[in-house]
Amino acid sequence: MKLKGWRELPLGAVVLDAGSAAEFKTGSWRAFRPVWKEENCIQCLFCWMYCPDMAIKVKDGRRGEFDYDYCKGCGICALECPGKKGQKAIVMEEEGK
Amino acid sequence: MAKIVAVTGNEAVANALRQVNPDVCAAYPITPQTDMMQRFASFVSDGKVDTEIILVESEHSAMSACIGAAAGGGRVVTATSSQGLALMWEMLFIAAGTRLPIVMPVVNRALSSPLNIHGDHSDAMGARDSGWIQLWSENAQEAYDNTIQAFRIAEHMDIRLPVMVCLDGFITSHSIERIEYLEDDEVKNFAGEYQQLYPLLDVDNPKSYGPLILPDLYMEYKRAQHEVMTRVSKFVLDVAADFEKLSGRKYGLFESYRLDDAEIALVILNSAAGTAKDVVDEFRDKGIKAGLLKPRLFRPFPYEEVASALKSAKAICVMDRADSFGGFGPMYMEIASAMMLNGSRPILINKIYGLGGRDFMPEHAQMVISELDEIAKGGKIKTFKEYIGVRE
Repeated sequence: MKLKGWRELPLGAVVLDAGSAAEFKTGSWRAFRPVWKEENCIQCLFCWMYCPDMAIKVKDGRRGEFDYDYCKGCGICALECPGKKGQKAIVMEEEGK
Repeated sequence: MAKIVAVTGNEAVANALRQVNPDVCAAYPITPQTDMMQRFASFVSDGKVDTEIILVESEHSAMSACIGAAAGGGRVVTATSSQGLALMWEMLFIAAGTRLPIVMPVVNRALSSPLNIHGDHSDAMGARDSGWIQLWSENAQEAYDNTIQAFRIAEHMDIRLPVMVCLDGFITSHSIERIEYLEDDEVKNFAGEYQQLYPLLDVDNPKSYGPLILPDLYMEYKRAQHEVMTRVSKFVLDVAADFEKLSGRKYGLFESYRLDDAEIALVILNSAAGTAKDVVDEFRDKGIKAGLLKPRLFRPFPYEEVASALKSAKAICVMDRADSFGGFGPMYMEIASAMMLNGSRPILINKIYGLGGRDFMPEHAQMVISELDEIAKGGKIKTFKEYIGVRE
């Protein structure tokens, strides 16, 4: 994305497009990446409830993949995940490994 | 048709605000501003204006409410003094950076400590870097006229900046003077219909105010803010020209008093300039080429124009009714910068006077002009910065 020069900015830093925060991809902040292990998932949706960034996609009442555009890797989902028979359905892996 | 009345500066400014009839006023009382806002509140309760008045618990809240109301799309006013302006400090920068055309009379008063309620310029000088336009007023007439002009300057679509109208606490705010009021219709037409820009209350076009701007864009916003300040003086002069047609009273970026061939000059703000002009006349009668420059637009400061107006002076005394402790007075720093631009190197001395309402008397001006006269004739410079009218 080309950054705007000072002549192109709206006065007073007013944001004129509603909902434009969606364009700001915060996933790049992530140091640890949550990985979903579907075989251990009981579809309790705790991860969806606890995620502070709506980075867990839910369709028809069932969770799917993470939305890595916005997941900052806080790890709350992995902490809260009850898993199945002691096996977590979400594990944190270091980015870049 | 002008109406001639005998009123105080506070009353005159409150009347200007009534005539403009702003949408919102959020204010908190503080001496010596109190009776200005008290009078304006009476206009509200008596139905003389359509203004929504917001009573707040502090000046920080007053300016915050003004910012919200201005972002909402309203024509907004407040007024304050001294500690009140100091308490607004954080919000002043937000009003300016967000480009909200709020108009705020500032009744200049000393800052604590020690606690003092009387007039000096420490309050508004402390806000000089906030991004607000500052207009200064010698007397109640100028305060009234500047207040009316402030709306046009602030709200111009190419400007959109808040404006402070400064007048001296008690000396101007509480003294009764002869004032020429414009008719209500004249002021209403002069100020014009308020033009909104990005109003939050336009809910069909949602928008956000006050986003976090990180290092990748912050400097571009500041560059744009610098740019708009470079354009302000042109609009100040345009508005002054229109105002002259209406009122017959002429305003510039500053007042030049007997400066054309002046060899020695005073630079002095607000009410003390009136006293000093009389003393300049006395010295002129004695054949001494004295002159005076009274700034009106202090932010943005018209460096080139001021330098040009002072070009014939060999010795200049900049009189400051505020101090920058450990530095020169704030006006001195501006004049010194201006002199660098035109390459002339007059002798420039700085006197700090009138702090905390200490009277500025004709003998103080006489003393300073005599000292300048000696310096211009090749005499020794005693000291570059000195307090005057102070007991040893």
